[in-house]
Amino acid sequence: MSGHDWLLFLHVLSAFALVAALVLYTVLIAVVWNKDVPTDVARLFRISKIGDVLIAVGSIGVLVFGIWLAIEDDRYKVWDGWVIAALVLWLVMGALGSRTGKIYNAARDRARSLVREGNNSPNAELRALVQDRRGLWFHTSGVIVVLLLLIDMIFKPGA
Amino acid sequence: MLAAIRPDSWNYALFVHVLGAMILVGALVTAGTAQVLSWRPGGDAGAYARLAFRTLLFVGVPAWFVMRIGAEWIYSKEKWADVPNEPDWLGVGYITADLGGILLLVSVVLAGFGARRLARADGGSSILARSAGVIALVVLALYLVALWAMTAKPG
Repeated sequence: MSGHDWLLFLHVLSAFALVAALVLYTVLIAVVWNKDVPTDVARLFRISKIGDVLIAVGSIGVLVFGIWLAIEDDRYKVWDGWVIAALVLWLVMGALGSRTGKIYNAARDRARSLVREGNNSPNAELRALVQDRRGLWFHTSGVIVVLLLLIDMIFKPGA
Repeated sequence: MLAAIRPDSWNYALFVHVLGAMILVGALVTAGTAQVLSWRPGGDAGAYARLAFRTLLFVGVPAWFVMRIGAEWIYSKEKWADVPNEPDWLGVGYITADLGGILLLVSVVLAGFGARRLARADGGSSILARSAGVIALVVLALYLVALWAMTAKPG
C-alpha cells in the first residue's frame, strides 16, 4: 500500500466516524424526544460519549487527511473550487455542531442535576429541553451540510 | 477525495453505496455502544437492549440494503462482470458485505428476543442481548476491513 492509499483510507475512515456520530446523535434525539424522567434522559445520554469522540476524531481527520491528500495528489490543488467548497462546508458543519451540542448538553446536564437532587418525577422543564426545536433544526442542518460534503467529495464539481 | 475522477453517471451509484455504508456503520456503532452499556451492572439493561434492537432494525437493516443496492449498481456501471479476473478488493467487498448482512440479521433477531426477555425479567442481563452486541461489533469490524479494501484496493 502506498502512502497515498493510507491517506485515502484514513480520510474516508474519518468521514465514516463523522457520519457514525451523526447517526448516533440522530438516534439519541429520537429516543429522548418523549422522555421527561430524569434518570431515563441521563441514562440515554451516556451513549453520546462515544459520539463525542467520533465527531472530534472524524471532523479533524477529514480535514487534516483531506488537505494532505490535496497537497500530495498532483491531480488536485487545495484552491480547486470543490476543495474550497468542502472547507467552507466543514466550517459551517462545525458551527452548527457546536450550537447543537450546547443545546443537548444543557438537557443532559439538567437531567443529571435532577438525578443528583433525588428528583426523579417527570419534569416539564426537562421535556422542554429535550424537545428544543432549535436543537432539532441545528442538528438537521448539520446532517444536510454533511450530505452536501459527501456529494462534493464524490462528484467533485469542476474537477 | 473518495476516489479518482469518474463519469458522473457512476457517481450516483457510488453516492448511494457510500451513504448506505456510512449509515450502516453508524447504526452498528450506536447499537454496539448501547449493548456494551447494557452489560454494566446496575444499569438499565432493558432500555439499552431495546435501543440497540430498534437501531439495528430500523436503521441498520435499511442501510444495509441501500449499501448493497448501491454496490450492485456501481458493479454494473463499471462492467466488472465482463472482466475475467476480478481484483481482490472486489472479492473482499462482496464477502464482507454478504457475510455481514447475514450476521446483521442474526444480531437483530437475538437483540429482539434479548430485549423482550429483559423486559419480562425486569432487570438483570440476557445472554441473547449480549450475543447480539458481540455480533454487532464483529460486523462493525468486518465493515472496517471492507472499508480498507474499498479505499486501498489491494490487488
